[in-house]
Amino acid sequence: MTKAVNENDARNAEQQSRSQLRQRKQTAVYVYEAPVRLWHWITVLSVIVLCASGYFIGSPLPTMPGEAIDNYLMGYIRFAHFAAGYILAVAFIGRIYWAIVGNHHARELFIVPLHRKQWWAEAWHEVRWYLFLEKTPKKYIGHNPLGQLAMFSFFVLGNTFMILTGFALYSEGLGQGSWADIGFGWIIPLMGQSQDVHTWHHLGMWYIILFVMIHVYVAVREDIMSRQSLISTMVGGWRMFKDNRPD
Amino acid sequence: MEWLFPRDGEYRMPQIETFYEVMRRQGITRRSFLKYCSLTAAALGLGPAFAPRIANAMETRPRTPVLWLHGLECTCCSESFIRSAHPLVKDVVLSMISLDYDDTLMAAAGHQAEQALEDTIKKYKGEYILAVEGNPPLNEDGMFCIVGGKPFLDQLKHAAKDAKAIIAWGSCASWGCVQAARPNPTQAVPIHKVITDKPIIKVPGCPPIAEVMTGVISYMLTFGKVPELDRQGRPKMFYSQRIHDKCYRRPHFDAGQFVESWDDEGARKGYCLYKVGCKGPTTYNACSTVRWNEGTSFPIQAGHGCIGCSEDGFWDKGSFYDRLTDIQQFGIEKNADEIGMAAAGAVGAGIAAHAAVSAIKRAQHKGDHE
Repeated sequence: MTKAVNENDARNAEQQSRSQLRQRKQTAVYVYEAPVRLWHWITVLSVIVLCASGYFIGSPLPTMPGEAIDNYLMGYIRFAHFAAGYILAVAFIGRIYWAIVGNHHARELFIVPLHRKQWWAEAWHEVRWYLFLEKTPKKYIGHNPLGQLAMFSFFVLGNTFMILTGFALYSEGLGQGSWADIGFGWIIPLMGQSQDVHTWHHLGMWYIILFVMIHVYVAVREDIMSRQSLISTMVGGWRMFKDNRPD
Repeated sequence: MEWLFPRDGEYRMPQIETFYEVMRRQGITRRSFLKYCSLTAAALGLGPAFAPRIANAMETRPRTPVLWLHGLECTCCSESFIRSAHPLVKDVVLSMISLDYDDTLMAAAGHQAEQALEDTIKKYKGEYILAVEGNPPLNEDGMFCIVGGKPFLDQLKHAAKDAKAIIAWGSCASWGCVQAARPNPTQAVPIHKVITDKPIIKVPGCPPIAEVMTGVISYMLTFGKVPELDRQGRPKMFYSQRIHDKCYRRPHFDAGQFVESWDDEGARKGYCLYKVGCKGPTTYNACSTVRWNEGTSFPIQAGHGCIGCSEDGFWDKGSFYDRLTDIQQFGIEKNADEIGMAAAGAVGAGIAAHAAVSAIKRAQHKGDHE
């Protein structure tokens, strides 16, 4: 008797949830392939390590007590910075490779279609959306045009600048004639002298920090307020749409 | 590598004495002479096998005429040069370079001195080395520096025209130094802005280390060629590493032990001066290895940070006691951290405000599309 009732309840609940699902009808598109997602999270970790260690290279922690032979704090901090820098740079090269061989969403970061009228129209729509002048956001499978422009100018350019100046500074430690000196040493006289490169590299860190702040805020906000998934997309790769209405 | 002088075996009969002859005439024994050759080889970072080569060159090579010009400068380069550690080095170098013109050191004065300059340019056309201390001001047709009644700019161009190679002594000739610091009213420029068709060997520093100066000259005379230069034209043998790379306080840097303020416990213990603005990590020079005043000491050893005097534009990089350069484009002088934190604060406040408005809007329209 009780068993039958329970079965009935379960069936009802199942039907109810299925009809709800049908009502919302979340469609999904596979956007971010595994290498892109892997690159994203490797870069996240690298940037956190780079900003923290880099800041403490510029403004070191209070003096360590004891003898010099018992301490190696700056050495470890600098090692962390260089190791994370290598990982960031190698991952970025891998990401550029994937932009060539991956799906067309993998190219969005590097090629901004400034020549397309529709792109500008959508970008303007996004500006209005962020200024609370549009009630309904548009649906996007990949990046929205404003996001794409921000990713390019903040991240792609910023990251490239940091990799170039970073390895130029790294070449100073490796010495003249080293691979880093041959590949990146020319940047130092180009920017003036070593201290200028240090200053620009430092400013670059703050540029990247500004990017991270805006990037995280916008991702969380859009995840809540837009019509598609964002954060889970960078984990699982699938873009989920919250409604079935046309764009 | 361009050869400045005929290579071994191609000599004509020397018209002027060799270095060795000059030294013997000055009463220097052969033993001392060979000692000098070994010392020079060591100073240039060469192996013991090079000492005989230097000796051979000294014995067979004719002296090279050198013209030493003085533009806008303070003569600290000359002062440094004549205080070279080993007395022999100074004597030998001064005699071996056949210093035909140097208005601070030469006996002649006035018209006779200027005549000596002209004679050397004519007699050794394309053979002499031009050493330049100081730099030319370009404003008002060069009127801010007059030598022998004419702008120094004219003398420099005239002497450079027939020179084989040019040495830029000190930060003035190499980078511009204090007279080229903002706002640079005389428009002083480093010599490579005026002389563009000759190899220029930059020996920066304010002043350069004496042993570095004599070392560069010794190398050029011994091997008959310009030493290997880095991208910016500085001899690699002395300027390829930063002060920081060979600093004896480096272990304290790696350990994270710093002088936090002057006269604190760390200062007494000889900790790293990074936090009180030492420019060692961004300065290319030989101070931490060659040192100063007969190898006695150098600024960091004396407890004061490096001020980066051999670097381009070191007067315009903010305080000598700050590691972060002041950025003047922002009106008030700010450093990278202050600008970055201000920007991050502004963006953070913007995000908070935007998030608040977003939340309100969302609450208002909740259920619109459900």
